[in-house]
Amino acid sequence: MELTRRFLPLVEAVGIPVMALLVAMLLFAGFVAAVGQSPLEVFVLLYKGAFGSSFSWQNTLLRAAPLILTGLAVAIPAQAGMVIIGGEGALALGALTSAVAASALQGASPHWVQAGMLLSGALCGGVWIGLSGWLRQYRGVNETIGSLLLSYIAIALLNFFVEGPLKDPASLNKPSTAPIGDANMIGNLPGMDVHYGLLFGAIFALVTWVILKFTTVGFALKTVGGNPRAAQMAGLRVNYWIVGAAFAGGSAAGLAGAIEVAAVQGAANASVVAGYGYAGILVAFIARQNPFAVIPVAVLIGGINAAGGMLQRRLDMPDATVLVLQGIIFVVIIASETLNGRLRLIKFKPLSPVSAAISAKT
Amino acid sequence: MKPVEMVAPATGALELEIMGMSKRFGDVVALDDVSLHIPAGGFHALLGENGAGKSTLVKCLVGFYTADQGTVLVDNREVQIANPKDASQLGIGMVYQHFTLVPSMTVAENLVVARGALPAFINWHEERARLSDFMATLPFKIPLDKPAGSLAAGEKQKVEIIKQLYLQRRLLILDEPTSVLTPDEADEALGLVGDLARQKLLTVLIITHKFREVTAYADAVTVLRRGRFAGSGALPELTIEHMAEMMVGSPVAQDVAPRTQHTPVADVPPRLLIDQLCAQGDHGLPVLRGVNLSVRPGEILGIAGVSGNGQKALVEVLTGQRGKTGGTVLVNGLPYSGRRKEQTLNKVYSLPEEPLRNACVASLSVAHNMSLRNYDKPPLARWGWISQRAMRKQANGYVETFRVKTPGIDARIQTLSGGNVQRAVLARELSHPVELLIVANPVFGLDFNAVAETHARLLAARNAGAAVLLVSEDLDELLELADRIAVMSDGRIVFETPAEKADVRELGHYMAGGHEETEVMQ
Ligand SMILES: Nc1ncnc2c1ncn2[C@@H]1O[C@H](COP(=O)(O)OP(=O)(O)OP(=O)(O)O)[C@@H](O)[C@H]1O
Ligand SMILES: [Mg+2]
Repeated sequence: MELTRRFLPLVEAVGIPVMALLVAMLLFAGFVAAVGQSPLEVFVLLYKGAFGSSFSWQNTLLRAAPLILTGLAVAIPAQAGMVIIGGEGALALGALTSAVAASALQGASPHWVQAGMLLSGALCGGVWIGLSGWLRQYRGVNETIGSLLLSYIAIALLNFFVEGPLKDPASLNKPSTAPIGDANMIGNLPGMDVHYGLLFGAIFALVTWVILKFTTVGFALKTVGGNPRAAQMAGLRVNYWIVGAAFAGGSAAGLAGAIEVAAVQGAANASVVAGYGYAGILVAFIARQNPFAVIPVAVLIGGINAAGGMLQRRLDMPDATVLVLQGIIFVVIIASETLNGRLRLIKFKPLSPVSAAISAKT
Repeated sequence: MKPVEMVAPATGALELEIMGMSKRFGDVVALDDVSLHIPAGGFHALLGENGAGKSTLVKCLVGFYTADQGTVLVDNREVQIANPKDASQLGIGMVYQHFTLVPSMTVAENLVVARGALPAFINWHEERARLSDFMATLPFKIPLDKPAGSLAAGEKQKVEIIKQLYLQRRLLILDEPTSVLTPDEADEALGLVGDLARQKLLTVLIITHKFREVTAYADAVTVLRRGRFAGSGALPELTIEHMAEMMVGSPVAQDVAPRTQHTPVADVPPRLLIDQLCAQGDHGLPVLRGVNLSVRPGEILGIAGVSGNGQKALVEVLTGQRGKTGGTVLVNGLPYSGRRKEQTLNKVYSLPEEPLRNACVASLSVAHNMSLRNYDKPPLARWGWISQRAMRKQANGYVETFRVKTPGIDARIQTLSGGNVQRAVLARELSHPVELLIVANPVFGLDFNAVAETHARLLAARNAGAAVLLVSEDLDELLELADRIAVMSDGRIVFETPAEKADVRELGHYMAGGHEETEVMQ
């Protein structure tokens, strides 16, 4: 009893999302059955496609790498009380700028090119989401809407430059910027078929977690997010903290874009806009905005994504099947947020003497 | 004025009986087998120290919390009140310790919306007419078209009470309704409620820390101590000493010396100097129109005024919660805007009103909230790293010295009783050397022991050389503590006097906007 009480917050933090995931799986099973497939078979394939072999693990981790970063793009601003959903745009912009940086740095040593790409991508993504923080504090624009609209603009910008001024004439059927060059590509982790981006993402998440949990920066951010008035009273400059948190989140998404270019695509093109930004919202919510939890959750969601192909091949179900699952998870997770703080051990309520007397009479 | 009967429901006052109510929060036993009986039309006072369980009892009664045990009888019939809606259907309404108005809606909108079960289209014309009729029956005026958020605490509380009357309650529960009202305002509000009770139109259960109100209005009291029934009695037989004794559980020492003679304030340059300060309210209207004042070290400057005359904005500007639109604020001769660096340099601390809203992060722990002032300084932090151990040690120290009743320093601060939130903030703000202290209504919701203790601490800070700006709606408090009293009206300081020469009638004249008449006559 004593123990359960002490650990109730932790039980809640882990228990509620896990329960929500199970409920979502159940609903998804219903959906699968309704379209005439066996839920059991689908779940087995999902598992195999995500974690069943070393090949599927690699596939999963490849997708987890950007998801960690786009998850952080939601989770970091959330500490300051913001709901940011524009990660997709920051990612697109990060991809675009990193490609520009690569062409500007052609001829330098690969490490310099890579560093330049990642930094410029992160910077640009940060500025973009930072802008939605700025709009919120100084112009009263809701940051959720603001970041979404900015995201549309960013994606349009990417398409414009990739199909227009920055188009590589050699890229015919898939308009792209000029390739960054094989020598400049970010390689794989030793002994794996997974690029270094996974490590960068994990480090970003861990560092964020440490900062939030153990430093004065995290303390201030939690204060600002919890009650801006109290933060002001404590002399904190709320506007700076809000914009700063938005910037940090955006830089994570921008970095994800840069990594997609530097490690996967080799050039900026429309393929980087593959829904990682939106799936990152899901990741952050399942992880309850905890940067540490973002890592395993990103792997889980990456796995579900990776299994899409397997479903298509074996059961001839469309790729979008896994998107249906993600959508269901998202709705259930959001709905389960209200359970927070209400998870109680169900207790027997004793009958009061009066009601006992009354019920005895009747 | 229309007769009060028109306001009241046809059904009239109800009889209430609570039997054996208990409630635990985790390890904390907030209520232990408490019983209470109020006859129809009774005016019953519920007393007890901070954290005694008074709010918990009434929150269980109205279904805000679910009691672990206990029975509620209304008019001798057992009722199940599972949520506030059930209570509302039974005609039971409550004015909470905190405010429940929707800040962005006007007073009128708040009142109409509170009626619930609204039609799809609101006929505002009709509603306005009905509201105006209703307001005409009240002994005081409230601005119907102002957004509720822009009202000062006193006005808000009046609206909360009016809202309940407008909803035609049969039992009205008031949880420290007068903490932020001036004695006159309190008399207006309670007088109205008392009239209704006397005519058996309303039963009243009031939680208060003010004995004056108990003796003036209540006909019976119940006292809680540490969650248990500690005694009850009828008035006027019961004396104040007796009630106080039941509250603390032992004979109460007579106030030793309410106010040691003030040492005169040294003639030194002011520590806080405010010149022509202007600021706008939430809706762009000027609320401060050129405030001039100064506070010297070792001096308490009291700011008196009817709530809603800019005192709130003044405190907000000084605590960095509101930008100024003109004028200067100097602390120790340097411009001051409430940044952390300036606060540290000049040792500025503050006790704003409504501490849960203005000075705490409600959803974070007691320990976090207690560290707000020095989380980034040794010993709590070195090189940006926070030492949990030092933070917890400090919090435990505060809890002990200021006797904050809390389930633990890891509990979220919003689970503390109103008075204990205030103590937690007091501990944080008064545990370090202070040079300038900004205070607003510091004893809001404190029990009588805690009031005396807080006043003593403010005087101690003053005697240790702090400059204290004390905004209060309680004239008695100002007369007791302040060295100088300034009256604020309509966003300006309109009158200033040394406390020992202060005359209550004269102060009242200026508080009521008397300076304007004088200006006109000149
Ligand atoms: N939601 C909650 N969770 C945990 N503990 C609580 C909660 N609400 C109240 N308590 C605890 O119950 C006890 C009684 O609190 P309550 O608010 O009833 O006191 P009170 O008599 O109203 O005091 P005050 O005069 O300061 O308002 C306190 O120790 C408080 O910390
Ligand atoms: Mg209370």
